[in-house]
Amino acid sequence: MAVTETVADLPGTPVTGLAKKDLLDMESLSKEEIKLILDTADSLKDVARHPIKKVPTLRGRTVVNLFYEVSTRTRTSFELAAARLSADVVNINVATSSVAKGETLLDTARTLEAMSVDFIVMRHSCSGAPHILARNLDASVINAGDGWHEHPTQALLDLYTVRDKLGSIEGKTITLIGDLKHSRVARSNLIGFKKMGARVRFCGPPTLLSDGFRDLGAEVFHELKPALDGADIVYILRLQFERHRQGLLPSVKYYTRHYGVTAERVKWAKPGALIMHPGPMNRGVEIAPDVADGPQSVIVEQVFNGVAVRMAVLYLLEVRRAKGER
Amino acid sequence: MCPMSRETVLLDEVAIQKSLIRLAHEIHEANHARWGDVILVGMRARGDILAKRMADYLKRDAGVSVPLGALDITLYRDDVGTKAKLPKPTEIPGSVDGKIVVIVDDVLFTGRSIRAAMDALMDYGRPAAIRLAVLVDRGHRELPIRPDHVGKNIPTSPGSNIKVEVKEVDGRDRVVLEEAN
Amino acid sequence: MMAGNGAMLIKDGRVIDPGRNIDGVMDVLVKDGVISAVGPGIKEKAEKIVNVRGLVVAPGFVDMHVHLREPGQEGKETIATGTRAAAMGGVTSLACMPNTVPPLDTVAMIVYLLSRVAADAVVRVYPIGCLSQERKGEQMADLAGLLEAGAVAFSDDGDTLMNSLVAKRAMMNLAELGAPYIEHAEDAHLLDGGAMHDGLVSLRLGLPGRSTLAEDVIVSRDLLLAGATGARLHIAHLTAPASIDMIRQSRARGVKVTCEATPHHLALTDAAVGEYDTMAKVNPPLRDEACRRALVAAVKEGVVDVIASDHAPHGELDKDVEFVQAASGVVGLETMLPICLDVLVAQGGLSLAALVRLLSTAPAGILGLNAGTIAPGSQADLAVFDPKAEWTLDARKLTSKSKNTPFNGRRMTGKVVHTLVGGRFVVRDGALEQG
Repeated sequence: MAVTETVADLPGTPVTGLAKKDLLDMESLSKEEIKLILDTADSLKDVARHPIKKVPTLRGRTVVNLFYEVSTRTRTSFELAAARLSADVVNINVATSSVAKGETLLDTARTLEAMSVDFIVMRHSCSGAPHILARNLDASVINAGDGWHEHPTQALLDLYTVRDKLGSIEGKTITLIGDLKHSRVARSNLIGFKKMGARVRFCGPPTLLSDGFRDLGAEVFHELKPALDGADIVYILRLQFERHRQGLLPSVKYYTRHYGVTAERVKWAKPGALIMHPGPMNRGVEIAPDVADGPQSVIVEQVFNGVAVRMAVLYLLEVRRAKGER
Repeated sequence: MCPMSRETVLLDEVAIQKSLIRLAHEIHEANHARWGDVILVGMRARGDILAKRMADYLKRDAGVSVPLGALDITLYRDDVGTKAKLPKPTEIPGSVDGKIVVIVDDVLFTGRSIRAAMDALMDYGRPAAIRLAVLVDRGHRELPIRPDHVGKNIPTSPGSNIKVEVKEVDGRDRVVLEEAN
Repeated sequence: MMAGNGAMLIKDGRVIDPGRNIDGVMDVLVKDGVISAVGPGIKEKAEKIVNVRGLVVAPGFVDMHVHLREPGQEGKETIATGTRAAAMGGVTSLACMPNTVPPLDTVAMIVYLLSRVAADAVVRVYPIGCLSQERKGEQMADLAGLLEAGAVAFSDDGDTLMNSLVAKRAMMNLAELGAPYIEHAEDAHLLDGGAMHDGLVSLRLGLPGRSTLAEDVIVSRDLLLAGATGARLHIAHLTAPASIDMIRQSRARGVKVTCEATPHHLALTDAAVGEYDTMAKVNPPLRDEACRRALVAAVKEGVVDVIASDHAPHGELDKDVEFVQAASGVVGLETMLPICLDVLVAQGGLSLAALVRLLSTAPAGILGLNAGTIAPGSQADLAVFDPKAEWTLDARKLTSKSKNTPFNGRRMTGKVVHTLVGGRFVVRDGALEQG
């Protein structure tokens, strides 16, 4: 039975939760929904400072972390977010090998459905994999990264961090540097930052950054200096060494020489520009150690904010689900 | 809110002020010996305003101060879907360990909000005691919760509604009874 | 297939026979499974009179690119279900691709297939033989043997024959034998794991792309080889603008090249993938709007000789998976006519006669079949259709065993009413003839 209020309307922003039952990408979030998530994260950040770092909001709900790709950082972040909301967490790490195909995605999904799971946090190496689950299950599916496509909670925590540090996102310029072709973080941030009114620049070698991104809204640069000129945020992506093995880079050293962000090069951006990185870092390759640990770096804050933002997402999806059950 | 409801003003601005002053002094008298351990924690979003007013009255009339906190129970509700609001941070000055926490709320009805408030407080620490002060008690308790200090007892029928408005939020001070026609 | 007994008069239809420049309202008399007479007001007595006023009477369509999946993948389609789907689409002759399991790369397999066709098929089925043994692209198959056993053309379709020496040798032999070399043009290495057209949509969806370069590189190679060997080259499912240009130029220089376009490439673009809809996953992929328009223009100009469905059935198990893992292919026998009527005739301004040529006369010519014509003396294979009938496609109602169509829910104009093979009704009044 409900906690009935003594007044019909309490002051405060009424919250109807998110429009869709899943969070699959930034593409489907409206500007208002993004703002709602960021505002909710503000409130939930507080929980980490309570003596008991827990609220009972998602008590009795089950969150399954279904990770087809190994990830300690994102998985732990989601686990903490769920635990702080008192949800039960189950971790499923599916070993993938090109030889052993194993159970189909749909079969895994149906098994989870049969166990009455409420939330599925999924990371998969194939773009569009979470969409299959979302289509076929009643559970709420949260995309924790699908192939090259999107990583919405990363973009949300990045947006939150920028808003927290700079006060606003609108009108700011963010430059993303690295292997943009294969980066789901880049795609999600491009969509998210543009929706919130920022200017987005992409910078990388031509083999890893096609001009097609212009049609998606980014300014495309192949030289680091002009890309950083006037940037409020320098966002550095991790370089995967297999890109060199695949013949997409002349050499890793070449990359560092032309695109590595050093303390000297940071000066090309605006004074006080934020240094961000989704992690894990290759120190000395795409980012110099003194930049990673320097005064402008907010990389640690990103991680901290990640838990609050993921709590907000779980909370808002729960509000929507609970409404639906009535 | 039913558009066909009848509104009766039960308490006007003056009556509310009188009640709050009396409540404040009652709380002070009841906890006089251990006043240093007392914290007033108001339930958002009007209880905290009432708590502040009571603290001001005590300062003005009795010359004593009392720490103030605000409690948000959005995350402790047992019905996440209905009337969900953006959770606002709970602000408690210092620790609650060993303190006498006086919860202040505008209207006491089923008691479920207070149950949630106690859960929230317990997650903050271990108070020595929890007391409850309300401006209006309208009856119809569903849980074994009783107030220690009541401004006004107003028996109501379950279908009706008691609305408390405060200047800081609603533009005026009054307590209103809404009944369906 | 038995010839029908007794004469049948097909009366008052709009008869279109592009091979003989016929397009007008007239009658067709069928006797003993063969066309007996064609002309207005035929007086001769007939046992049966079929009135087809308002309908078009065309030579039965010849689909030269169909995957029947038998032997080996009967869960997706069989000769029985596939040929019935063909008949529903007005197709009376089809050439089936050899990427079956096992493939049609030996005389024994061709003989086996033809025996299955004799037992189960309701339309005429002509096997296409493999170019290479086991479709591995390393050793040439027994082309002469396969031809003698009944193959009408050769292809390693599904894959490109990447080894240029093997391709050249095959072309030299086929030039001798007088049979067409059919190429699925997509350079295996340039594909680089691509799952859809390499363009803006693949960029947004984060999917690896298959670029038009992969097609152009092979088309260019094959045109040079065909020119050098004198082979009859046929490019399957053409999609790339640069390839269209190269074919036009090579043809002008005397290279014996023909090419085909599929209805889905003419009607759809990569936007059809939407939110990872595997029903739009096909090889070569649906390209962007500029490519689509160039293809339609190429058909109208006459650079494209033939429309073929590339009917490729796949079951739910193959399609309801991650996009990059999903099988490529769409069914198309039953939607070929209405889609072409919409895109080429209604929107594109092509004449009905030109469309019938693309669907029937021209493919029959390339394969050397005695089909695609309503000349007296030819077998009575007819597709009678209503060019104005409006209906909505419900994938579940397809005759094909598999329902993997990208056109589910689409409003269609044009429907096959009767399909006759050898003078016998296989489809009558829009439904399969029982018995």
